[in-house]
Amino acid sequence: MELLLDSLFNGVAIGSVLLVAALGLAIVFGLMGVINLAHGELMMLGAYTTYVTQLIFKLPILKPFYNSYIIVSIFLSFIVSGVVGILLEKTIIRKLYGSPLETLLATWGVSLILQQFVRSVPLAYGTGLVISLIIGLFLPTTFSLKIKESINFKYFKFSSWIFAALTGVMSGSIISSSVSKLSRASARNVDVTAPSWMRGQVEIIGTAFPKTRLMIIIITLISVIAITLFLNQSAWGMRIRAVTQNRQMSECLGISTEKVDIITFGIGSGLAGVAGVAVSLLGSVGPNVGGNYIVGCFMVVVLGGVGNLLGTVLASFGIGIMTDLIGAGRLLSIWPDMPLPISNTINFFATTSMARVMIFALIVIFLQFKPTGLFPQKGRMVEN
Amino acid sequence: MRISRRILAGLATASLAVTATSCGGGGTSGSFDDTVTVGILHSLSGTMAISESTLVDTEKMAIEEINAAGGVEVGGKSYKIEYIVEDGASDWPTFAEKSKKLIDQDGVPVVFGGWTSASRKAMLPVYESKDAFLYYPIQYEAQECSNNIFYTGATPNQQSEPATDFMYKRSPAAGGDFFLVGSDYVFPRTSNTITKAQVKQLGGKVVGEDYLPLGNTEVAPIISKIKKALPEGGIIINTLNGDQNVAFFKQIQDAGITPSSGYYVMNYSIAEEEISTIGPEFLEGHYGAWNYMMSIDTPASKKFAKNFKKRWGADRVVADPQESAYNMVYLWKQAVEDAGTFDDNAVREALVGQKFDAPQGPVEVMPNHHLSQTVRIGQINAEGGFTILEETGVVLPQAWNQKHPSSKGFACDWTDPSKGEKYKL
Repeated sequence: MELLLDSLFNGVAIGSVLLVAALGLAIVFGLMGVINLAHGELMMLGAYTTYVTQLIFKLPILKPFYNSYIIVSIFLSFIVSGVVGILLEKTIIRKLYGSPLETLLATWGVSLILQQFVRSVPLAYGTGLVISLIIGLFLPTTFSLKIKESINFKYFKFSSWIFAALTGVMSGSIISSSVSKLSRASARNVDVTAPSWMRGQVEIIGTAFPKTRLMIIIITLISVIAITLFLNQSAWGMRIRAVTQNRQMSECLGISTEKVDIITFGIGSGLAGVAGVAVSLLGSVGPNVGGNYIVGCFMVVVLGGVGNLLGTVLASFGIGIMTDLIGAGRLLSIWPDMPLPISNTINFFATTSMARVMIFALIVIFLQFKPTGLFPQKGRMVEN
Repeated sequence: MRISRRILAGLATASLAVTATSCGGGGTSGSFDDTVTVGILHSLSGTMAISESTLVDTEKMAIEEINAAGGVEVGGKSYKIEYIVEDGASDWPTFAEKSKKLIDQDGVPVVFGGWTSASRKAMLPVYESKDAFLYYPIQYEAQECSNNIFYTGATPNQQSEPATDFMYKRSPAAGGDFFLVGSDYVFPRTSNTITKAQVKQLGGKVVGEDYLPLGNTEVAPIISKIKKALPEGGIIINTLNGDQNVAFFKQIQDAGITPSSGYYVMNYSIAEEEISTIGPEFLEGHYGAWNYMMSIDTPASKKFAKNFKKRWGADRVVADPQESAYNMVYLWKQAVEDAGTFDDNAVREALVGQKFDAPQGPVEVMPNHHLSQTVRIGQINAEGGFTILEETGVVLPQAWNQKHPSSKGFACDWTDPSKGEKYKL
């Protein structure tokens, strides 16, 4: 029993990392059909946001609230990655809808640019840039309708960008002068330390579980529930689903597909940022951190069935549990006296490298029989 | 004669920052009769850049020190050392390509370069076919002995073997079972094959072994294996690479695999530089084995660390790979002076038997093109350094490991034409 629980927990723990990382991609790739190779780098931005938040919370003013920095960083990461994603959509991806190969190349280029960006720009100024982007993109939307409709709106917009740029430069230099670690560019990996209440383990039904893993499971759960509610209950969620099923018809019915695209892509990117927080709790944060996850993300989305959240959830937990069963050689402890040839085979695959090979092989075989994944999307996909 | 030059070098480094630009210990740039250009080949971009750029810094510092002390004296003429730095870009074929460029186009007499075994294996055929000379500064898995490479890092018997011995006999987990963890490439696998043979000889037991594919940071299955194989604590030998260590140590601490509960990790690729990246709070109480540790309390070691900080910034640290890189520049200079020429073959002959008072203590070049070195076992402390617990005497290098089944009973000797790369003892 304890063994089963342990195995299940480990599987869910591995799976939830996969799930939180793939959730954003399930929306961007699944609902919009955009192959976003920069997804991993949006995760990386989230991880760096966590790092920056952690350092800012070490400042004397915020020190009393240090223990809650991780909660704050979840929201900040969502906003940062979401805004960068929106900018990406507005400038590059929008022009490439319907041409997957070009999207693939363009987003790969973006991923290289983002990697180099964090290597060669001091994080303080990177933060300043993101702050000015956030202000520049959102300030004009808060203007009253009268201003928005006036003929001089472009001047208002322009001046709000100037304001945004100034605020960005100012906050950048304030951060850089107050947190010395952020004032210099460095290609070195940095480290996010979980606050003390999240370190160590907690006992559940006689078995000890690491708290960080539990935290990741909670983050994943909340993200999944929030996104399901959003897609199924809110008006914008309904519009997103409508556009996914039939873009032209939705357009005819008066849905602004342009807005829907921006919102969908923004939410998908924001979820990548949340995944970045989760990932930063497990390992170090560096320019390449996203690249380690991107293949796994696509694997989960394809296996789950493109365009289906439930499929993504099941696929990632399935892969997680399989990884643990094969990689840790658990079948042997469940059934200790199995015949020699079988136990030898299991032992052979009971290393992390071989378990990976085995899982990829199983997925390939599975896709031979169900090429569209666990839950294929019914109805029409996004038209070109 | 040699000693006096060392002292001179020491004195001259005090004015290093000035002399780096003005050349010559107090003199003018005209005090050299000629110049000689050497090649430096490390990754300055890509994933290895963080580690390898520290070697470039150290090699530059050694060259500046030598120049400040009067340069290289060959045949009565003094030569100023100049260098060409090439970028291997963390891409192994690029290392081979740049080697060709340095040898053929720039005509350098020597190349200091490489970090990963993969980059060395890619460069080896180039140096052998052109009969040029590469100096390689990293502790590695050995099982190689080229006439055209000079290895200044530790071989397994100068690092992992004394470390395993310490863990089994004298650590707090003495007599316990072993679990081996590593990244999935040649160094950890070879090193662990040797460790397994040694543990068996010692009468201990290896209860598990696992490798993490490079770039993968999901260590949960490994942790559950460790907990299953070592329920009451034990010895973990870690040869993970780079950031995989961060994921590993963060997560084993959360899973309760800590020194306070009886688990002790011996690390072969965590030096001062890595400790500061991973964070000492995750590593405190675990062990490391190196030839050089920054905490060595000798004047030579302190001077090395001080000069490096002075040249490159007070927050910088020195570690074993940098010390090896530093030594090799000086050993090359001594060999050239003894040979009286920059010619490869003469330098190669003069190199064997060279002695140098390195920051780690005296080292000597052996006929198998490796160095005799001192091995130190240290425990990682809260300040991010090592508390040195043990120090061996000088250990001779084994290019062919005597515990590895494929190389047992073989050795390498380039001074004797009848022996060469691999001969039976």
